[in-house]
Amino acid sequence: MANGCDTENGTHAACLRGVTKLFGVGTTEVHALNHVDFNVHTGELLLLVGPSGCGKTTLLSVLAGILDATSGEVDVFGTRIDQLDQQEKTQFRRDNIGFIFQQYNLLPTLTAAENVAIPLLIHRVEFEEAVAKARTYLEKVGMADRADFLPSQLSGGQQQRVAIARALITEPRLIVCDEPTAALDGETGKMILEMFRSTALTGDRAIVVVTHDSRIFPYGDRIAEMLDGRILSIHENEFASGHTSDGVKEIVQ
Amino acid sequence: MWRIAIKMLMGDRSKYFTLVSSLVVVSFLFLQQGSIFCGLILRTARPVEVVGAPIWVSDPQLRSVDESKPLLDTDLQRVRSVPGVKWAVPLLLQLVSAHLPDGNFQTVRLYGLDNDTFFGRPKMISGNGQLLVQDQAVVIGRAESEKLNNPKPGQVFEMNDNQARVVGIADVPRDFFSYPFVYASYDRALQYAPQQRKQLNFVLAAPADGVPMSEVTRRIRATTGLAAYTEQEFRWLTMGYYLKNTGIPISIGISLLMVFLVGMSIVGQTFYQFALQNERYFGALKAMGTSSATLTKMILLQALLVGLVGSGAGAGLGGIFGLIAGGQDSKIAFATPWLMVVVSFVAVIAICLLSALISIRKVVKLEPAVVFRG
Repeated sequence: MANGCDTENGTHAACLRGVTKLFGVGTTEVHALNHVDFNVHTGELLLLVGPSGCGKTTLLSVLAGILDATSGEVDVFGTRIDQLDQQEKTQFRRDNIGFIFQQYNLLPTLTAAENVAIPLLIHRVEFEEAVAKARTYLEKVGMADRADFLPSQLSGGQQQRVAIARALITEPRLIVCDEPTAALDGETGKMILEMFRSTALTGDRAIVVVTHDSRIFPYGDRIAEMLDGRILSIHENEFASGHTSDGVKEIVQ
Repeated sequence: MWRIAIKMLMGDRSKYFTLVSSLVVVSFLFLQQGSIFCGLILRTARPVEVVGAPIWVSDPQLRSVDESKPLLDTDLQRVRSVPGVKWAVPLLLQLVSAHLPDGNFQTVRLYGLDNDTFFGRPKMISGNGQLLVQDQAVVIGRAESEKLNNPKPGQVFEMNDNQARVVGIADVPRDFFSYPFVYASYDRALQYAPQQRKQLNFVLAAPADGVPMSEVTRRIRATTGLAAYTEQEFRWLTMGYYLKNTGIPISIGISLLMVFLVGMSIVGQTFYQFALQNERYFGALKAMGTSSATLTKMILLQALLVGLVGSGAGAGLGGIFGLIAGGQDSKIAFATPWLMVVVSFVAVIAICLLSALISIRKVVKLEPAVVFRG
């Protein structure tokens, strides 16, 4: 892909060019994304911020290949996912993308270990083997002693740690998170982000986090501001260094 | 993913219980209604069964054992003369009115058996069947004997102004019309039955050793011009008559259709609720890379599982009902041929699969992006 994007040699994890997403038709037509150009570097934790309805989650969905863009190019680790059919896209997500959701989306009837094992089961790993490996990942996020608990028996922070273990277990190269700390208290939220950085962020991997939560801004390597379906600016960790843009300040306030 | 599918299903205990209990009821009602249908229809052939004759010869126009189209007395000799017929005996079978000692009247099914052999007399429970040789002697069937005031050997009643004296009770199950069965010698039965120009109803026969039954019936038909059936054929002829000429199939059929539709609506709605409640989890599974085909298989597995459990439990319940309420002596006609169990199982599985289609459609059309919606 042109414009300095290099996903094939490891500089960039993802590049989006001219991505537009329309919802509705005629008078109800809405530009959720409007000619978005956007790169995600490998080895970074990128925060996507902006007011509600600005298109953050839509952008995250397009980036993760769970929503088709109306137009534009979406390149993730050298694969033009906008050109894949649904079956290929499903396979691509299975092999490359990890998901962390605001509401955790842990299956309520499965134990923590079984929930973490799901991505491996999708890869057709044997159940016992998958659950055994899930226990090692739960240990990494400090949840080994809760491996056999049901989600309803865990606190919000504990559930999110289980969700992180689930997102990591297949060692995906791109992890997308939608408001991962929205349902957590401040301390737990910070702890979760620290865990992201310590366990999930390696040199060839990237994490993109959609958030409203200003308390976690210091944990991002870059912060991308969105407004009305466009990227306003992308700043290098400026909130942490005190050079926060006006837009970000507004969100923080 | 199969274990995940099973845990998703069984973990939601209230939904699982609703699904299984609905299917238990559907399966039970299917079996119960179907078994009553089979029981009723099988009872129409009971007058044939209790005789136990290998071959029945009748008027060609006869449509069931309950019709009376008399033969010529000479027809008995004509059947006996057909090559391959080992023996042939007469049978008078008519409905006659019995006048009881308390003044009441009761229609009974009168069998006039061959004077020498009494072929067709069921196994005796009490009394002595050989006493049929005596004047005025009759044997009565156990089932419905209460309609004759439970007569004991030695007691009397009248038929066609002729006295009948009970000499024994025979083991006879209930028939479709619930008439008491009364057995007499052929000659005596002629006196009990209203006088007609021709009295003989049937000729009972058996094939000679080594001659196929079908060949013998073919020869009888060709030689005498009469109808000849194996016992099985004659039972089906009678059952077919009642299937075609009564409202039993349509009545029970409507009941079964209602059971199917009600079961379908309950199970379908529960499955749909299940899919709705699990929408975001299905979305998460899709987002994480589960294909629609795999999700479809998971839902089908869930449907088959509840179908198997529901139909199994329902069949068990139906069996218990049959043991308690059914039986040959019961007033409730209840018979469960294996085909009925298969039909009930297929109906329950069909309900599950059709209901699962609603969920499958929902899940297949589900966009994985739904997981990012609050």
